Amino acid sequence: MSEKDIKNLEEIFEARIARDEKIEPKDWMPEKYRQTHIRQISQHAHSEIIGMLPEGNWITRAPSLRRKAALLAKVQDEAGHGLYLYSACETLGISRDELYEQLHSGKAKYSSIFNYPTITWADMGAIGWLVDGAAIINQVPLCNTSFGPYARAMVRVCKEESFHQRQGFEIMLTLCRGTEEQKAMAQDALNRWWWPALMMLGPTDAESIHTEQSMKWKLKRKSNDELRQQFIDQTVPQADLLGITVPDPDLKWNEETGHYDFGEIDWDEFWQVVKGHGPCNKERMKARVDAWENGEWVRDAAMAYAEKNEKRKVAKAS
Amino acid sequence: MENTKKNWPLWEIFVRSKNGLEHRHFGSLHAADAEMAMENARDVYTRRNEGVSIWVVESKHITASNPSENGEMFEPAQDKVYRHPTFYDLPDEVKHM
Repeated sequence: MSEKDIKNLEEIFEARIARDEKIEPKDWMPEKYRQTHIRQISQHAHSEIIGMLPEGNWITRAPSLRRKAALLAKVQDEAGHGLYLYSACETLGISRDELYEQLHSGKAKYSSIFNYPTITWADMGAIGWLVDGAAIINQVPLCNTSFGPYARAMVRVCKEESFHQRQGFEIMLTLCRGTEEQKAMAQDALNRWWWPALMMLGPTDAESIHTEQSMKWKLKRKSNDELRQQFIDQTVPQADLLGITVPDPDLKWNEETGHYDFGEIDWDEFWQVVKGHGPCNKERMKARVDAWENGEWVRDAAMAYAEKNEKRKVAKAS
Repeated sequence: MENTKKNWPLWEIFVRSKNGLEHRHFGSLHAADAEMAMENARDVYTRRNEGVSIWVVESKHITASNPSENGEMFEPAQDKVYRHPTFYDLPDEVKHM
């Protein structure tokens, strides 16, 4: 194809997206569209998979059977979300094995929030309430993104995600209505998760290198700063309802803008965690790589069994 | 050593959400064989009563049309307006036809 032909195809392609048409896997697409989508969808999938680890930490120690069943279901959902997203990503012509390889080698990123430790039960509440809350804000606009398989996966993910946030908020509410110690535990969890949750919505617009292109492709429908403001506006009244304090002395309702003003985010911390120096980066990667490597013989055995059965079937038929 | 490693193949999953409706494509997953694909499909796609019946088909068995040939494939239907009821003029007196 000549350069002119490609330019032509690109124009037709951009016009389709501008008309809100969906792009399906076998349609022609610019290479950059394909690569950007592989990067974002896989990063999203990896986040779901690594996201199981901090919560998995508390399944055996959940304080009641009700909490344990809910937490198990939530973690199982995250596995499911990871699988929907990996499948969507594979339609772009990359294999599951390559995707895992990118995660395990550190080439691909996952959400920085999962590199923080879960040290008390209240962290299960704070994660559901804040981390899933921020995730929902990030994900709802993606249900309308231009790439069909990603949009369809996101519709399913969003439907399932609201239970996650509610169960987290309920944990916080129970703690806040409990003893002094329990309420202090909830406050401590909010103190530790608030800022990482704000960072989770991504670098400020000025720093975000992918925003402009992603907006054009509807891979992003609101900027990071807009999403962050939305999250803060929605979450602060919920903290008030719980009777705990958001750990930001500069947080103040601004009558004029109709939004909360908030303090400076420590972006150095964010970039440190992204670059692998967060409190649990090594631990998370080790758990993930170990699970993959230690499971290899099981995957091989299942494949060998399937092949043996297939041969038997063929032998019987002939 | 030669790399003979075989990864679990990809399967397409179709779910009937309730009797009376058709099976609809829900997504795909990897599994060693059909039985495992079925079990995984149940766990991945029907955790909340989304289905009453599941089909699993190994993806390699699906032949798909190519969008770049959509012209030859689908355009011939566009000028056959006589296949639609609105093509035929009837007097107003004829009701319910």
